[in-house]
Amino acid sequence: MSKFLNLALAASLLATPAMADKLGLGRAALPEEVAAWDKDVRPDGKGLPVGSGDALVGEEIFADQCASCHGDFAEGIDNWPKLAGGMNTLDRKDPLKTVGSYWPHVSTVWDYVNRSMPFGAAQTLAPDDVYAIVAYILYSNDLIEDDFVLSHENLADFELPNAGGFFLDDRETTEYPQFSAPACMENCKESVEITMHATVLDVTPNDLTDDAPVEEAEAPAQAPAPEPVVEATVDPALIAAGEKVFKKCAACHQVGEGAKHRVGPTLNGMINRTAGTVDGFKYSDSMLEAGAGGMIWDDATLHAYLEKPRDVVPKTKMSFAGLKKSEDRDAVIAYLASFGE
Amino acid sequence: MTNEPTNGTTRRGFLAASAATGTAFVAGGAAAQIPDPLITEVQEWASGLGLGVDDAPYGMPIRFEGDVVRRNVEWLTADVISSINFTPIHALDGTITPQGCAFERHHSGAIELAKEDYRLMINGLVETPLIFTYEDLERFPRVTRTCFLECAANSGMEWAGAQLNGSQFTHGMIHNMEYTGVTLRTLLDEAGIKPEGNWLYVEGADASSNGRSIPMEKALDDCMIAFKANGEALRMEHGYPVRLVVPGWEGNLWVKWLRRMEVTDAPVESREETSKYTDTMENGTSRKWTWVMDAKSVITAPSPQMPIKHGHGPLVITGLAWSGRGAVTGVDVSVDGGKTWAKARLAAPGQEMALTRFYFDYNWQGEEMLLQSRVTDSTGYVQPTKAQLREVRGLNSVYHNNAIQTWWVKTNGEAENVEVS
Repeated sequence: MSKFLNLALAASLLATPAMADKLGLGRAALPEEVAAWDKDVRPDGKGLPVGSGDALVGEEIFADQCASCHGDFAEGIDNWPKLAGGMNTLDRKDPLKTVGSYWPHVSTVWDYVNRSMPFGAAQTLAPDDVYAIVAYILYSNDLIEDDFVLSHENLADFELPNAGGFFLDDRETTEYPQFSAPACMENCKESVEITMHATVLDVTPNDLTDDAPVEEAEAPAQAPAPEPVVEATVDPALIAAGEKVFKKCAACHQVGEGAKHRVGPTLNGMINRTAGTVDGFKYSDSMLEAGAGGMIWDDATLHAYLEKPRDVVPKTKMSFAGLKKSEDRDAVIAYLASFGE
Repeated sequence: MTNEPTNGTTRRGFLAASAATGTAFVAGGAAAQIPDPLITEVQEWASGLGLGVDDAPYGMPIRFEGDVVRRNVEWLTADVISSINFTPIHALDGTITPQGCAFERHHSGAIELAKEDYRLMINGLVETPLIFTYEDLERFPRVTRTCFLECAANSGMEWAGAQLNGSQFTHGMIHNMEYTGVTLRTLLDEAGIKPEGNWLYVEGADASSNGRSIPMEKALDDCMIAFKANGEALRMEHGYPVRLVVPGWEGNLWVKWLRRMEVTDAPVESREETSKYTDTMENGTSRKWTWVMDAKSVITAPSPQMPIKHGHGPLVITGLAWSGRGAVTGVDVSVDGGKTWAKARLAAPGQEMALTRFYFDYNWQGEEMLLQSRVTDSTGYVQPTKAQLREVRGLNSVYHNNAIQTWWVKTNGEAENVEVS
């Protein structure tokens, strides 16, 4: 807040006596401030900014900004949300809940994409981009043609297939009467048989009879990370700081022993390697071109890329806003440099 | 026992140590065969010196408790940023959950937001849209109250069948803290609610925003913002510097890093209240606005992570009970899978929308047990069985599983998560 505003606030507080039941705390919100934060969009379209877009445009933006997690066709990669498909599965075992099969309102898709996506770079899309992305998601669900123009004027009228599929919580009438009968204390059933064992599925993390949890908890004090190839000149504290910063990257990248490609490629031995050259990862065309053009992940390039990825590789799949602080970039580069091939 | 205290924290270590000293620990009343060297020999800690007062300006649990930590189930979510972990309820006692091991659920990661960068906006259908700084909030009349926060998905993985082996994993999406802050009524009165304002949209400062719509009636009834939990500032992962407290209602409504409250005349129908946190029934239709957390209980020990390690005789069976509808009035325990029940002892009378600890003092003679607990709340609601819940909701539900849990305790004291007829 500027000093000017503070002064203005002080003046208004002095000028306006607090009402009997008010304490006079806080200050009036400015219209610009409300506009900056009040972005929610309701099913009736309230809150939508002026704009429009179609699936053809949306497809390109989606490929660029969304497909690394949600797949080129909104089908979802790994455990990331599937946005398309699943029609008529809600009454079957393991229903597939997507925008097309489950979501009741298009406004919700617009609101969420606009406010919270892309993952790691929220609030960076222009309204027209959001309309186009939402149009592409609808198109992927076979709900519109690719040239249908979605806009602030028609979005609220668009009805999704499952709009009528919800009803208000009725536990008070359907469950409470049944579950409030006096509790049985004796002879409540004739026999009891075990019908299912959790150990059959065997999906619990950590063997419970194992010592692993203790080792895990004590590990940070003793030996961080698997055998880093530390150059003698690198400050261990910087590497440790980089390990922390790397948590921001770990949603998409793995590094170290046993690292696998996830949404992003593995990062072992990446320092001074040619861009876009790790086997088995599907890079963006943009990244492949950069590599073909001789781009090397040296310190300067990495710094620039980590600060603003799209300034270096315009259409990189990496939808990450960037590390603003130079010391964070130094740290994470030192951390990455500690892992060889 | 042993002179190596580190061994005592793990089960394997404990069993090995017990074996080494023979029968000394099998039964409390048994006569000792040889004098215990822990008593007869002067121990290092009884002779040398301990740590000074400046060793730990903010103390952590002693290293022997290093396994009492939050745990993540990796296969549940795509990554750890938008994910959940679990409170080690199996290893805790009493009712207050320490912040450092209270489960976390983030949708875009835990953010670092300084008090001086914090702003809270109230806008929408109010007489004066307002901005508060953190310091402003500290000047409002303050309240303190203890509440449980349970994620609507707690026990969600158990809907279709017994899956995860441990009360931490089956019931650990819960914590219970003493919150200090300001009621929403106080804050909203400061802005002045217009008559048509019957909903409150709340959102966080993080990238997910996690926006939710709350009926104004609830907001004015008992909701509050909190800046302290268990006496100290909120931890980052719990929404520092300010979070919302919505007593008895699903955890997703308890917005962290709260930055805005908008008074509206209709719900926003955000992602978190339509595509998520709705309950799909067998016929494919879905319940929405299922905010209240039904009465629920679980035996925290013995349980799969807490096998019985002592011999026959006295055994403390203990657990937690709670209800989003009111206070816990009683807990029953069954050792035979629900054929017969007996009343457990409540550590203290149940408080509204807060965890209640129960104990069941038992004489175990090495028999197999099918352990269950069943809570009754102040509205007369009795915790249902899985079969009862499935009869109403089918198998495709994810959220709001408050069914009775069964642990099969074997003759060797180990326990497993099972379902029974």
